[in-house]
Amino acid sequence: MGSGTGIGRVRGLGSAKHGAMHWWRQRVTAVGNLLLATWFVVSLFRLPSLDHATVVGWIGSPLVAVPLVLLTISVFYHLRLGLQVVMEDYVHEEGGKVFFILLLNFYAIGGAALAIFSILKIAFGGVPA
Amino acid sequence: MSRNPGRPLSPHLTIWRWGPHMVVSILHRATGVGMAIVAGLGFIWWLVAAAMGAEAYDGFYKVATSWFGYLVAIGLTWAFFQHLFSALRHFVMDVGAGYELKTNKTAAIATMVGSVIVTLLIWAPILASLAKGAE
Ligand code: HEM
Ligand code: HEM
Repeated sequence: MGSGTGIGRVRGLGSAKHGAMHWWRQRVTAVGNLLLATWFVVSLFRLPSLDHATVVGWIGSPLVAVPLVLLTISVFYHLRLGLQVVMEDYVHEEGGKVFFILLLNFYAIGGAALAIFSILKIAFGGVPA
Repeated sequence: MSRNPGRPLSPHLTIWRWGPHMVVSILHRATGVGMAIVAGLGFIWWLVAAAMGAEAYDGFYKVATSWFGYLVAIGLTWAFFQHLFSALRHFVMDVGAGYELKTNKTAAIATMVGSVIVTLLIWAPILASLAKGAE
């Protein structure tokens, strides 16, 4: 690595080859969200109430539980990608960046796991309505 | 990054004023980050509470149906539609369309008008029936 100008040092190295994939996955999950999150928001407002019995009964249907699991995957993947870019934009110091992105991964993966486990527990009849 | 101070910088870096496209750009980021945290945590809390049983759900339900819960829900509704409409505009611009100044500005304003109108249309009847119930 030379010690010339900034452009001189990176010229010829090529890109890290991750940018296009990140951008594309943000779009794929965006279209997933567009369909699934719109369905979810409309459904929530159409439910007669949000009390326990209604919610557990609603999630109990396979036609609700499965899209809800897919929605969780799409949204948490999307927000992981999205927040990563925001952190890369605003956190300049290397240590802090690693810390925040680690925290983000714990949140996205842990949160999605909790949500999916809960959906399945309800869907498999593990929660008395 | 080393920079040759002998070379000129673009003179217009600090000369700009707010336009609708900038507002929509930063709103896309703000609503995305806001939903990622508030809607994300709310979604997890809702599902985990429901899966733990009727009693645990009670705690969630009390907060969700308090005035504060409604305030957050209205905010999230607006954030969702602002992010959604702005994303549709993103998709158009991703294929290279919609960059003409007038079209670009009109579409930017449309996302903001649209998100406020949809939020009002959804919440006005709910708030009206809540007000009736409270009498
Ligand atoms: C209707 C559903 C949705 C669509 C169509 C959508 C679309 C998009 C698109 C296209 C981007 C990329 C923007 C860019 O490259 O600059 C984006 C960014 C983002 N989205 Fe979404 N999104 C949706 C729902 C959500 C939800 C529900 C959340 C959070 C829970 C979310 C969080 C984010 C975040 C944090 C970013 C990054 C913002 C930034 O870099 O400025 N999105 N969204
Ligand atoms: C009020 C003023 C501004 C706001 C609110 C703003 C906001 C933003 C936001 C939210 C993004 C991410 C957008 C996205 O991913 O879709 C962005 C990207 C960008 N902004 Fe700005 N910005 C402003 C002014 C400027 C100015 C004055 C410049 C340059 C002279 C600039 C250059 C850029 C560039 C080059 C990107 C793309 C960066 C990338 O995608 O890696 N912005 N801006």
